[in-house]
Amino acid sequence: MRVKYFAWVRERVGLAEETVEPPADVRTVSDLIGWLSSRGETYAHAFEKPKVIRAAIDHAHVRPDAAISGAREIAFFPPMTGG
Amino acid sequence: MSVTATIRIQEADFDAAQEIAALTKGRTDIGAVVTFSGICRGSENGEPIAALTLEHYPGMAEAEIGRHADEALSRWPLQGLTIIHRFGRIAPGENIVLVVTASPHRQAAFEAAEFLMDYLKTNAPFWKREESKKGTSWIEARDHDDAAAARWTKS
Repeated sequence: MRVKYFAWVRERVGLAEETVEPPADVRTVSDLIGWLSSRGETYAHAFEKPKVIRAAIDHAHVRPDAAISGAREIAFFPPMTGG
Repeated sequence: MSVTATIRIQEADFDAAQEIAALTKGRTDIGAVVTFSGICRGSENGEPIAALTLEHYPGMAEAEIGRHADEALSRWPLQGLTIIHRFGRIAPGENIVLVVTASPHRQAAFEAAEFLMDYLKTNAPFWKREESKKGTSWIEARDHDDAAAARWTKS
């Protein structure tokens, strides 16, 4: 699946997007955050406060307990400040 | 007649008067047009800023604003709706966002415009970074914006 990062999450990870293949026991958005955090210091820094992170699956907002199976694109970003 | 919202996510500036004219031209059934323009302030928390840079999530920005536009069209008797949100570098005094609502009477136009702006603030995937003498920093989301959006939730 493709993972995208925006704003300071993107800056901390150091990537705008990447393709990942998490293990089968990574089932939810929250699991994915935990798995990504274990991949290195940049990820750990980006996801150090998981409650602040917002997520979207295939262009729609989702909660941390949302299932990721079948997702084409998952995005992580800080609370939005548009308008 | 079903109403289709006009939604544009663009780097270029917009002209509110032109957008109103585009909605109302040749029509005599519209009785009220409300416009909201969001403009870049020259200071943030009392500190002068040089500019804002807006990052957005292409694809999701259109989808998310489209969902809120559809909800506004289903909740209020609107005859026209235009939403424009800019991205990129925006200097103080320049436009950031535009919402135009048209309806037979003013209440629906006012309410729908306010509903849309409250949701754009908290749900549209845009992020503002400010440039000042101290460097650049991401603007933090405000709790009162969440509260403003929450009051439209149907109980």
